[in-house]
Amino acid sequence: MALESTVKNMFMSLTVICLVCSALLGGAYAITKDKIDQAGVDKQNEAIARVVPEFDNVPSEEMFEVELEGKKYTVYPASLSGETVGYAINASATGFSGPVVIMVGITADGRIFNTVPVSHAETPGLGAKISEEGNAFVAQFEGLDPSATVLKVRKDGGDIDAITASTITSRAYTAAVETAWLVFNKIKEM
Amino acid sequence: MEFLIIIISAVFVNNILLAQFLGVCPFLGVSNKVSTAVGMSGAVCFVMTLATLVTYLLQVYVLVPLGLEFLQTISFILVIAALVQMVEIILKKISPSLYSALGIFLPLITTNCTVLGIALLVVTKEFAFGGGDPAMLNLGESVFYAFASALGYSVAMILFAGIREQLELATVPKSFKGIPVALLTAGILAMAFMGFAGLV
Amino acid sequence: MGKMKVILNGLIKENPTFVLLLGMCPTLGTTTSAINGMGMGLATMCVLILSNMAISAIARFIPDKVRIPCYIVVIATFVTIVQLLMQAFLPSLYETLGLFIPLIVVNCIVLGRAEAYANKHSVMDSACDGIGIGLGFTFALTILGLVREILGSGSVFGMKFISGDGMLAFILAPGAFIVLGYLIVIFKRLTSKIKM
Repeated sequence: MALESTVKNMFMSLTVICLVCSALLGGAYAITKDKIDQAGVDKQNEAIARVVPEFDNVPSEEMFEVELEGKKYTVYPASLSGETVGYAINASATGFSGPVVIMVGITADGRIFNTVPVSHAETPGLGAKISEEGNAFVAQFEGLDPSATVLKVRKDGGDIDAITASTITSRAYTAAVETAWLVFNKIKEM
Repeated sequence: MEFLIIIISAVFVNNILLAQFLGVCPFLGVSNKVSTAVGMSGAVCFVMTLATLVTYLLQVYVLVPLGLEFLQTISFILVIAALVQMVEIILKKISPSLYSALGIFLPLITTNCTVLGIALLVVTKEFAFGGGDPAMLNLGESVFYAFASALGYSVAMILFAGIREQLELATVPKSFKGIPVALLTAGILAMAFMGFAGLV
Repeated sequence: MGKMKVILNGLIKENPTFVLLLGMCPTLGTTTSAINGMGMGLATMCVLILSNMAISAIARFIPDKVRIPCYIVVIATFVTIVQLLMQAFLPSLYETLGLFIPLIVVNCIVLGRAEAYANKHSVMDSACDGIGIGLGFTFALTILGLVREILGSGSVFGMKFISGDGMLAFILAPGAFIVLGYLIVIFKRLTSKIKM
């Protein structure tokens, strides 16, 4: 049956297995790498396309970074026939179980066009409702003028209706929108 | 202050066992008696802290600079397995009493997913404690977070073992004996821990 | 033993979740919906079949004393391959299952089958065992996910049948423990009636 357990045999078999496995993994990585990167880019582009008005440039190629209070935020400008129509801004805040990362689209005249959650680990059935299609919470940001609204949930004295039983998630989402608004103001100043 | 928040968050709010379901197998397996539960908890605390220290260094100084992140899983599990073996040998030499207390639990730890789980979590996820901006943990925070998680694991495990000892004396329907009733108990315990939600 | 019998054995008599009680972490952690449970089950099944076949093929060349580390390396390799493939082709499912995919490495089912079955049987038999146990695991996870989804969010495979919320506790951590506890009881009763 099995080879004898001499030091030489043990060493040899372990080495061979490790080498073969690393080679296999290296191969698998090389094959899937492009596809994985592509999936990430696709997801980003899809999020951008949903939060800004119609555009004809490639926002991910014109992205730039804005520094705000020591933190860098990625901004994707969207433009239609050379004129900037809006900015998709990547922002995040801490939710109930980890960061809530969202994409906020603000039009050139300073209105929120739309927002979408990019990634989060919120509780299914509660905070995770932010990812449901057409939910009322995310929909209320559409077309909002941040300069005329207090970007806080009602419980904290703001104008945003929180998801029932998910105040922490709603708070995080709202805070991220506010961050994006501050980033937008910074862009305007530049 | 931040360390206090990490502890409360890892022990009560996001208990790795009751909220994240890591390490359930040994949890059900060795929680018959309080004494074995204490032994297992001790071993987990020890190995988890050490393993996270080593894997964090491995990730930051070897895998990332060489662009070999895809070897993460395989290298982490090997490091943990080797570490457990080494701890076993060293413990046997320098502290036979500690070895006799923790010894039999050490081999079980390699397949305890809490250790690999936390090691992977701290290098892949961004954390934010106390409402700060989400960011990767640094070495000190990672190791401390691992220790706090292990502490949370211990608290849940020892509490549960205490309940199960009492449960032995109660009469339960035949089909519920053993694991099913233990699972129901764990469910109730998890519900109790949910009361801490939103604390941090 | 017939191939069919090996498969059935894994599905019912040695069902990894309901009878052997192995691999509890992903069982509880990923079954917030039927789809997620099924995805996790299928990912584990892939790893199980591949690692069973590989290990039964190489078992002869591995000295006894280092067999466990060798098995772990083999299993970790397949887990990483499955992980990379999922990341490439099923990114959203990968994101939902998250940490539990790399944790298949320490799922006691996989190492357990390698040690208890694959290293003593032919490649074909081991593949069947992998299919059987894998199906049993997938079946259990899907059922568990389905029950939790019906009770917790009032939907079946993502299709809502009630408006509003279900009983949220079943989607959250306590529900996982409680539903699994009851399912094990039911499974026990059913299989004790049908004597295999």
